[in-house]
Amino acid sequence: MKDRFNLYRFASPATFYPFAGTLIPYFVAVSVVFGLAGLWLGMLVAPTDFQQGEGYRIIFIHVPASWMSMFIYLVMAGWAAIGLAFNTRLSGMMAQALAPTGALMAFLSLLTGALWGKPMWGAWWVWDARLTSELILLFLYIGYMALTAAIDDPRRADKAGGLLLLVGVVNIPIIYFSVKWWNTLHQGSSVNLAKSSMATTMLWGMLLMAMCFWMYSIAVALMRVRTIMLERERHTDWVKAELLGKAGEEK
Amino acid sequence: MLKIITAVIGRDLKLAMRRQADIVSALFFFVIVVSLFPLGVGPEPDLLRKLAPGVLWVAALLATMLSLPRLFADDHRDGTLEQLALAPHPLGLVVTGKVIAHWLVSGLPLALIAPVLGIQFDLSADALLVLTFAILIGTPALSGIGAIGAALTLGLRGGGVLLSLLVLPLYIPVLIFGAGAVDATVTGLGGEGHLSLLAALTFASLGFAPWASAAALKIALE
Repeated sequence: MKDRFNLYRFASPATFYPFAGTLIPYFVAVSVVFGLAGLWLGMLVAPTDFQQGEGYRIIFIHVPASWMSMFIYLVMAGWAAIGLAFNTRLSGMMAQALAPTGALMAFLSLLTGALWGKPMWGAWWVWDARLTSELILLFLYIGYMALTAAIDDPRRADKAGGLLLLVGVVNIPIIYFSVKWWNTLHQGSSVNLAKSSMATTMLWGMLLMAMCFWMYSIAVALMRVRTIMLERERHTDWVKAELLGKAGEEK
Repeated sequence: MLKIITAVIGRDLKLAMRRQADIVSALFFFVIVVSLFPLGVGPEPDLLRKLAPGVLWVAALLATMLSLPRLFADDHRDGTLEQLALAPHPLGLVVTGKVIAHWLVSGLPLALIAPVLGIQFDLSADALLVLTFAILIGTPALSGIGAIGAALTLGLRGGGVLLSLLVLPLYIPVLIFGAGAVDATVTGLGGEGHLSLLAALTFASLGFAPWASAAALKIALE
């Protein structure tokens, strides 16, 4: 029985902790490889855009960051649903471990968008539907982190945060479409992203960077979940053994 | 089913009537916030007419926010909430009653006083009518969505600020369609579309939010 591969075995922090530890270096390595390849392709190989000049190259950061910010929220909501349905401890920890990365991605996407918008549109910020919904997404991340941080009991924090995530995920389409309609009703057709046919090297550079961001997010989330596990399970034997073992190695 | 809802509404209204100062202070908060805007941006009627829907709606969101922490807190403190959770009726129905009662003491007064404030902003009669109607049918959604936030932050330190962090982003659609209805009337497009969407938001949140709030209350009461 013990030899058979069983996914549920990893739902326990004691088994997931070392498993995550062995995975992290691989994700970091893959992320660095993809990142270097993507930056090389994006910064050196991809041709200069005939409309936007060199400034367009910020999309190699901007687009992957936006994708990740949206995707991570969905993943967190998925963990929340699993956690609330099956009452697993790991799910809440994963959701909490992902939140800062998601917020960082949303922030990066807004920041790079502003840096790109100034030379292209002549404004740091416009109330475009995409920008506005990304900003609201950042607010949702901050709300989730504030709520989980305010609750001392970790089990209640997981469950309350999970419920908030599910409410948020139901609301995201409503918010997105209301903002979109608000925008079109208010100012007519606003800035267009000028989706001209993209050179294949640009597309590849973007995909490579997206993979890099993806692997980075997984690696960082796993690192964070390991610290959360140590903090929450500090009274257990396996954490003591783990920490004592490390202290022994250092000696 | 209807009986338990009306019983909760009756009880909450009676409690609210014993502490009328709470209702009145939230209402005056609304009046003061709205009156501050002309002082901030200047008295030009054209500008004020443009600002009015947004200002009134944002003030309405904030005024609703003010009374939300008390939605469950008093019952939680004296143990009533636990008794309600133990009662044989689904907790979602109890919360539905509480949400409706909350709207009657917080949303309805806002709708009643909104036309007076609209006159201060030099809105036309049509716009005033739409504004009042929009606040009337939009504020139940605010009470419903707010109940989820109130339940999630029950008994936490800094609950009030946290509550606004959680709930205000979720209020955005109501704000957009509520203010949009008045805007569309002023510009001659007709606000029916916005009002229909606002009503849809209200019905959806009255249908779903009490159950999400009940789940949140059960987490808080564990």
